Amino acid sequence: MSSASGTKSSASKPASTRAKPANKAEATADWVDGRLGIYSLAKANLRKIFPDHWSFMLGEICLYSFIIIILTGVYLTLFFKPSMAETVYHGSYLPLNGIRMSEAYASTVNISFEVRGGLLIRQIHHWAALVFVAAMFVHMMRVFFTGAFRKPREINWLFGFLLLCLGFFDGFFGYSLPDDLLSGTGIRFMEGAILAVPIVGTYIQMFLFGGEFPGTDIIPRFFTIHVLLIPGIMLGLLVAHLILVFYHKHTQWAGPGKTEKNVVGMPLMPVYMAKAGGFFFLVFGIIAVMSAVATINPVWAYGPYRPDQVSTDAQPDWYMGFAEGLIRFMPGWEISVWGGHTLNLGVFIPLMIFPLVLVAIAVWPFIESWVTGDKREHHILDRPRNAPVRTAFGAAWIALYLVLLVGGGNDLVATHLHMSINTITYAVRVGFFVVPVLTFIVTKRWCLGLQRRDKDKVLHGRESGIIKRLPHGEFVEVHTPLPQKDLHTLTAHEQPRPLELPAETDENGVARKAGAITKARVKLSEGFYGEGNQIAKPTTEEYHEITSGHGHH
Amino acid sequence: MKKLSARRRHPLAAVVVLLLALAATGGLYAAFAPAGKAQADSSAQSLAIDEGKKLFAVGCSSCHGLNGQGTSDGPSLVGVGSAAVDFQVGTGRMPAQQPGAQVPSKKNVYSQAEIDQLAAYVASLGPGPVAPTTEQYEPSSNEVTNAEQVAKGGELFRTNCAQCHNFAGKGGALTNGKYAPSLEGVDAKHIYEAMQTGPQNMPSFPDTTMPEEQKREIVAFVRHTNDEPNQGGLALGSLGPVTEGLFGWIFGLGTLIVIAIWVAAHTTKAKKS
Repeated sequence: MSSASGTKSSASKPASTRAKPANKAEATADWVDGRLGIYSLAKANLRKIFPDHWSFMLGEICLYSFIIIILTGVYLTLFFKPSMAETVYHGSYLPLNGIRMSEAYASTVNISFEVRGGLLIRQIHHWAALVFVAAMFVHMMRVFFTGAFRKPREINWLFGFLLLCLGFFDGFFGYSLPDDLLSGTGIRFMEGAILAVPIVGTYIQMFLFGGEFPGTDIIPRFFTIHVLLIPGIMLGLLVAHLILVFYHKHTQWAGPGKTEKNVVGMPLMPVYMAKAGGFFFLVFGIIAVMSAVATINPVWAYGPYRPDQVSTDAQPDWYMGFAEGLIRFMPGWEISVWGGHTLNLGVFIPLMIFPLVLVAIAVWPFIESWVTGDKREHHILDRPRNAPVRTAFGAAWIALYLVLLVGGGNDLVATHLHMSINTITYAVRVGFFVVPVLTFIVTKRWCLGLQRRDKDKVLHGRESGIIKRLPHGEFVEVHTPLPQKDLHTLTAHEQPRPLELPAETDENGVARKAGAITKARVKLSEGFYGEGNQIAKPTTEEYHEITSGHGHH
Repeated sequence: MKKLSARRRHPLAAVVVLLLALAATGGLYAAFAPAGKAQADSSAQSLAIDEGKKLFAVGCSSCHGLNGQGTSDGPSLVGVGSAAVDFQVGTGRMPAQQPGAQVPSKKNVYSQAEIDQLAAYVASLGPGPVAPTTEQYEPSSNEVTNAEQVAKGGELFRTNCAQCHNFAGKGGALTNGKYAPSLEGVDAKHIYEAMQTGPQNMPSFPDTTMPEEQKREIVAFVRHTNDEPNQGGLALGSLGPVTEGLFGWIFGLGTLIVIAIWVAAHTTKAKKS
């Protein structure tokens, strides 16, 4: 409100009534303000408060690596030729001299060996992409484990999830562009997955490739998707993501003076401007150093793609590794239906599990709010231990992801740990079902143990290491009570009651039957908050009884 | 003629004819038969075979049988040729350290002279691929020709070898604990012999399917990948995206998180008094 009226009044005011600008900078700022209204915009947002914690900076790593990817990507497009036209290489890299290849591959080799700084920029682009997706992954898990996805941030959670998925695919398309032996193998993998789709698979394949594999269309098409379509969508989502962060205000950890209605921290200007600006250069610096010392995707060593060639160790970049794992551990089932039509279950089933794995984590906020029936806003973060079921689910999901990554790299695990690749594949088959369940159980119990520990610390204080001998000869260890600040922080979380089944008869005494869904919901709620699924936090009475009474335990 | 005719009924006539026939047959045989290997002579070759047989009896016969005929523990060596012996013993694979999915290479304890003697003996059991001479396996030392060989060899390598040995010859996994070994630091001669003989799980590439010149080109490519400087910095094992992902997580994101913790720990409120 104030911003709107402020803009109008300042713009309509005649210049003569204003104080004279003190210097040129102020004059310029005035000029701009008269046209864009930056003063009120800045006033409203520059003093925005952000809380301080290292885990809140994970999103910044994503943002900065995304910017780095765009900057280096633009440079690469100046030299890359997205064409599958055949050419014979006669460049400076002699080991490829006289070899037939596509323009795409030849230009990538030229970027690496002829273009000034080309190899470094290529490596920054690729390393930044790996770090970008990894940072999105960790950022998402931070949001997940702290419950930062709860109302009002569910939509923003989904925006973030979409960014992650788009990052996966844009990374895959970028990996496919150089048309080297590795990327061609990746495209072939994708083609196989498309062909495994019943009925429409062959049609989609023909439309996408413009004919039989590999054709001459796929790389130009991937290029457009990689540099224009997906980055455009991502940029839009990213802006929306950041606007929502501003709009919702940042979440914060529990602590004295921190409530659901305030944000305790420091202003954007000047503190976070300086910190974020500096952190951008640190991120850029670290990625540049990585790219200067370590090779990524040595396309010249892979050689050009030819459908009759393949190299072992043909894996996708890490984020798609779980898809590779699904394919590698799936038995090669194939059935024939309706007179000779092949249904390639060995590829089709993994193709269907692939989105399910991703969706499983994306829908959790909605499942959780449905089970708990909690429709209130939350701006104070949960400690992971105080939400054992959520934490256990997240850990189980990560465990599943890791099992699939091991499956995707089964050949390297085999050669480096001197194991049989068959044993690893069988273990991954079992692990796919068993490891997430075990992880869930262990993590939940672990969280409950930590809750007990917190309770113990609140009631009995910290072990001081000082042993005292009492007059009657008994030895006791002196416990130091926690400071008030810590007591508050450790007991700030809520402990909801589980939902209960509605009364069996209504107010008129007529029997009322609870539906199966209601029953399931109550059962799940019991699993979240019921007896034994959370440790009751100490009450004030308990605290006073112990601290006022008979000394230490 | 009369004299001969008169004695044709002589009691010894049959004996004389038989002797003449035998002499003729023997003479013709001696004239036309190839110089027999079975001839007992004291040339260097035969001495090598004798010595080789002794070495064989000590180091190899427990699995391959006293005459190299093979047992339940080791295959027959008839027809494997001297190239196979030179490869297996020269790379330390034979004598095998233990049975298992695959026999690994290890330190070779035989001198080249001893290996040659063993090879001579095994070659004497039956014809097989012959250990190559330097001209056969050594790539051209001419820089321009060598570069051509490397380029052609690269294409051949990616077609025939990379699916097991990886694009840079770093090796890879096969089924049930078997593996394609890394080609790093392997002698040119041994690479050539491996292609000739197809040791263990490797298919063989005889001259009929892969001419000598192409084998030489592959050797040139393998040597090039071993010696080439790492154009992009640390090669991370040249193992593809798996090691790149690990490096990215640990050294990329790991470092950035440590820096984030450091930045967050240094705020205006942390002023030192």
